[in-house]
Amino acid sequence: MFGILSYGAYVPMFRLSRDQIAKAWGGGSGAGEKAVANFDEDSLTMGVEAAVDCLQGIDHKSIDALYFVSLTHPYQEKQAASIIAEVLDLKPDTFTLDIDNSPRGATSAFRLAADAIASGSAKKVLVIASDCRVTAPHSGDEMLFGDGAAAFLLGDARPAVTIDNAYHVFNSFMDTWRLPNEPFNRTWEDRFIFGEGYSKIAPQAVAAALKQFKATIKDFAKVVLYAPDQRRHTELARALGVDAKTQLQEAFFNNIGHTGSAFVPMMLVATLQEAKAGDKILTFNYGDGCDVHALTVTAGIEKLRNRRGIKKYLASKLPVSYYQQYLIFRDLVIEEPGGRATRTSSLPVLWRERKNLVSLIGQKCRVCGTVNFPLQRLCIECQTEGEFDDYPIWDKKGKIFTFSMDERTVQPVAPSVACIMDLEGGGRFYGNITDRDPATIDVGQEVEFTFRNIHDGGGLHNYFWKMRTVRG
Amino acid sequence: MVGITSAGAYVPIYRLARGDIARVWAGGRGVAVAGERAVANFDEDTISMAVEASIDCLKGIDREQIDGLYFASTTAPYREKQSATMVAEALDLRREIFTADFTDSLRAGTNAMRAAIDAVKAGSAKKVLVTAADCRLGALQSEYEQNFGDGAVAILISNSGVIASVEGSYSHSNDIIDLWRTDTNTFVNASEDRFSVTYGYLENVQEGVSKLLERYNLSPKDFAKAALYAFDARRHLELARNLGFDAKTQLQDSLFNTVGNTGAAYALMILAATLEEAKAGDRILFTSYGDGCDAYILQATDKIGKLKGRKGIKGHVASKLPLPDYTKYLRYRSLLGELALAGEPVATINWRERNWSVRCHGSKCRECGKIEWPIQRICAYCGAKDNYDEVRLSDKKLTLTTFSKDSLARSVDPPIIVCIASIEGGGRFYAHMTDRDPDKVEVGMPLELTFRRLYSKDDIHTYSWKMRPIR
Amino acid sequence: MESIKDKVAIVGMGCTKFGERFDVGGFDLIIESASEALEDAGIELKDIQAAWLGSSGFSTGQPLSHALKLNYIPVARVENACGTGLEAIRGAAYALMAKAYDIVLALGVEKLKDRGRGGGGAEGETGKGPQPSYGIQATAPGRYALAATKHFATYGTERKHLAMISVKSHHNGARNPRAMFRREITVEQALNAPMIAWPLGLFDCCGVADGSAAAIMCRTEDVKKFGFRDDFITVKALANSCGQGTGKNREDYDFLHWEETYRASQQIYQQAGIKDPRKEIDIVECHDCFSIAELMCYEDMGFCQKGTAKDDIEAGSFTQEGYERGGVAFNIGGGLKSFGHPIGASGCRETYEIYKEIQGKAQEPSRQLKNVELGMAHSQGGHPGNFVCNMALYGIPGK
Repeated sequence: MFGILSYGAYVPMFRLSRDQIAKAWGGGSGAGEKAVANFDEDSLTMGVEAAVDCLQGIDHKSIDALYFVSLTHPYQEKQAASIIAEVLDLKPDTFTLDIDNSPRGATSAFRLAADAIASGSAKKVLVIASDCRVTAPHSGDEMLFGDGAAAFLLGDARPAVTIDNAYHVFNSFMDTWRLPNEPFNRTWEDRFIFGEGYSKIAPQAVAAALKQFKATIKDFAKVVLYAPDQRRHTELARALGVDAKTQLQEAFFNNIGHTGSAFVPMMLVATLQEAKAGDKILTFNYGDGCDVHALTVTAGIEKLRNRRGIKKYLASKLPVSYYQQYLIFRDLVIEEPGGRATRTSSLPVLWRERKNLVSLIGQKCRVCGTVNFPLQRLCIECQTEGEFDDYPIWDKKGKIFTFSMDERTVQPVAPSVACIMDLEGGGRFYGNITDRDPATIDVGQEVEFTFRNIHDGGGLHNYFWKMRTVRG
Repeated sequence: MVGITSAGAYVPIYRLARGDIARVWAGGRGVAVAGERAVANFDEDTISMAVEASIDCLKGIDREQIDGLYFASTTAPYREKQSATMVAEALDLRREIFTADFTDSLRAGTNAMRAAIDAVKAGSAKKVLVTAADCRLGALQSEYEQNFGDGAVAILISNSGVIASVEGSYSHSNDIIDLWRTDTNTFVNASEDRFSVTYGYLENVQEGVSKLLERYNLSPKDFAKAALYAFDARRHLELARNLGFDAKTQLQDSLFNTVGNTGAAYALMILAATLEEAKAGDRILFTSYGDGCDAYILQATDKIGKLKGRKGIKGHVASKLPLPDYTKYLRYRSLLGELALAGEPVATINWRERNWSVRCHGSKCRECGKIEWPIQRICAYCGAKDNYDEVRLSDKKLTLTTFSKDSLARSVDPPIIVCIASIEGGGRFYAHMTDRDPDKVEVGMPLELTFRRLYSKDDIHTYSWKMRPIR
Repeated sequence: MESIKDKVAIVGMGCTKFGERFDVGGFDLIIESASEALEDAGIELKDIQAAWLGSSGFSTGQPLSHALKLNYIPVARVENACGTGLEAIRGAAYALMAKAYDIVLALGVEKLKDRGRGGGGAEGETGKGPQPSYGIQATAPGRYALAATKHFATYGTERKHLAMISVKSHHNGARNPRAMFRREITVEQALNAPMIAWPLGLFDCCGVADGSAAAIMCRTEDVKKFGFRDDFITVKALANSCGQGTGKNREDYDFLHWEETYRASQQIYQQAGIKDPRKEIDIVECHDCFSIAELMCYEDMGFCQKGTAKDDIEAGSFTQEGYERGGVAFNIGGGLKSFGHPIGASGCRETYEIYKEIQGKAQEPSRQLKNVELGMAHSQGGHPGNFVCNMALYGIPGK
């Protein structure tokens, strides 16, 4: 039986209230708030977070393939999945793949995973969907879009959720699009893109799928529906005869926003966090066509209750205190030139130190047991040469030993909080704290690791780990 | 008597055949305008070209006597920062002179000329140098890409030693939108040309000339030459015909087929060419165009022969190298993106070192008499400390001592010719060679210095001197 | 090991005005300090047989020779982060001791103000340097502040104690004509100043300046032979401690002390036979790039017990008045606090201050201390847990 072995999700720490946007531009406010990636986050780092949540208690070396789905890959030429595989310290022969350009990429990846597993080329496939779409200031998309990620481990060994049926249809209808070198989405007028597009295509596809599945809408305990906005979400549910109170999965427009290719996956994670064994779930995904899936929850779902998922990450949040800060997060402000030295990056060093920098693996001395980080040739304690075992650092929590708040930083947001962290089980890490409220940081606080973009020097994205106060 | 006491000009060495531009567009069927256009080298801009024209103009004239410098251009290298100051610094003029930039109009050159005449008449200055330069970008594939040329001119206005006196003038303005560029545009915009030409160029210049002739009770046949701004070659003839000038005998060549329309410098360049050929007593009708019209009556004096010995328009037009490819033009004008060049502009260093880097001063030791460039505080020959006089080297000839052709160094126009040259009268110069054919560089060749933009980084243009084969 | 004590003499020194010297370049700074030193020593450039150039920005010995037109003599450029100036003096001193040369020049210089705004140093970068590097992003104040936070949490030290150090240094610097900042400040001003890297405020940090200082040196035994004046000073001890750089990774590093300063000062005391530095040493010019750094020097050089600096600060033990009561004067010249920190120049500038105080020639009479016989210079580069420290002890010959 093919299905979902595990799930995870990620919602960034910061929320921008739509009132703040309205205040900046004048005009009416949308309801609620949207989730906003920090300045050091992008689709790749959020994808790592969702994957870490998904893979709790699961051996990373048991994964055979990783498919990364996004509309906002950090590179146009350079596979994000390969970087994530390195971060997660997967097997070297993991099959990695980037899927992009359509909001329904994640559910399409379900099919690729099903094929891989049925053909025997893989046993466990990790599918990650993540998006951080930049919107034009003072645009409708700015109110609507949010940032987030979800991840699913798929396989056929005792899945927590079986995927029973799938229906796929394509459609080349032009409704929203983005050109290669343009930062923002383009669209056409609503009456056309919904009247002739979504509002017609979606009910037809669901009807066709149900016919193929030999099911009716009433058979499903929960229905997960893609929608371009809140109004169309409600309308589609009504058109399909979905009971808004009992059957319809909330779309999070009011507290996360539309997260592109992660939108339906995140809703599905939220559904699964509440689901009971025996529940049947229908998912509908849209974008250049439709994917419809029927799923059944098994008793295995109970083993996944410790996932942070949507629920816990939604509860853990900080407000973006003013709209301009959001502009800075998304690099939408032309900054005063000059100032400090330009950042550089050395590719040989990044490659040589990738275990250290990307996978955040330290060393444990076989002679004295001291944890060394960064990597050493001689043990920092007993000076023994080369007698080390790999020792993962990334999954350890720790306590703040001391810290400072640097106001003269080149970081987009000051102060930059430098911190010495003592790791549980030994070892010390010297780095920066992100997603933080400077007013509440203190010596002794518990912190955990998070993978972030630390700068774009050298014309590439330089990723490394930072610390944050424990979420969830 | 106020008038022009000297004139000089500059046309960059490169020429691009207009057919080579046309060939690139419309699938090879683009329409070519006749002739060729002058193209500034990659290291040239309106400041460096104005310096060249001014040096030509000031040949044999004591630079200490210049009281003012007016720079006119629609393509100054900075939007906020006066170009006239950099030109004055490169010319090694006195510190306490009055400088101003005249911009935003194709008439800026003759506007500046009028301000200079006013200053001399008012007695606030005795000698004012007016220099105009332009390096405009016509939109790719448009006729203006072919029509425009790059160049510069300089005239010295004074009331002594006048070679052409100002006998009368007339100006009017007009806000017609025919050619324009907003504060953010890269390329010049143009209205439909029949509109521009009929209601802009022809109507304005014809009105200006007829009002001028009326005021001074003269007619076209009273003039030896008509130096008229040209919209293009065809309209130039049309204007002359409408005004009643004989195209064969009276009309001064517009340089359109050899240089191109050089914007704010154009009318004054045509005038400079006229003066090069004028005889004593010749009466000259001179007009510019752009947002109106400035028209002048000039008369050559018996001192007109003093203009000899300058390269002027004639010398510069004759001295040229073909630009082999349209792509080079795109690269020179940064239309393929900026090439990141070596060099670290630092505002403090550029300022501190300006005496040797911009004024081209060397140090001449008071104890042993040796000359060194750049300026040295401790003499490398005798060790004397802080005991030297600064001497200007920019007007000296040089002889190439040795050179290399560096193809590894990043350049818009590789190879970089790195040169060591000896300076006549003593001293040694170490710089790049520009405006050169790499195959024709040899030890012992004579060289001269030329002021160029070395690189632009962090939005700062850094200028200094290079060497070139003598033009 | 042979002791260098009293074997090498400093017979002439020069020091530029420190500050934002936009009007001069690095070569001008070199000429300025070297000229004063030559005049002070009463010799000419041609008498110099070898030279050491301490500079972070210049990458070879050539700039020294280019600026001064030295006569094709050996010039070594040395660099040891913020310890660079003292490293130049160390190199020169040992070459004299080895009798390789008779008269040498050690010159420190830095031209920082051609680099635009800033200060605070580069933030950590991925892939820079030969050692495994990783993504700490903090400026120099951001790194030093880590120690202040910990000192406060452990010993009850407060921001006002750091402020009192800065008030003392500016009080001294206000009376030094070569200093960059020459205004006194109050504790209230320091506490209310803008934050740079909490808990360090503006007046806890030194400025960014240009400057140069130079020393002419020979063997003590040759001073008379070459006809130098008899108010020269001698080198008593020289030290350098280069840390392992693991302090930020090892859990047993407490962020409460500078190990490298402790080690270097022990080297000094051993070489010079110092038993009780507080009783025997008169003045210390220490590396107070941040106020917390000077506080650490009090404790790690052994002038007070660990954790008790605040008591001595409150008692004023390290001020000019404290010296007159039998204490030790720290940064009587004004310190980096008043001079800024042109990296290669600072160690030589500290030496200049000690030289003048011992000679009784402090440029402003009210700053001249009585009976100065032993002075210690301290320059330290890097950041907590990862320093390189240079120190030197100078004094009256034979004492």
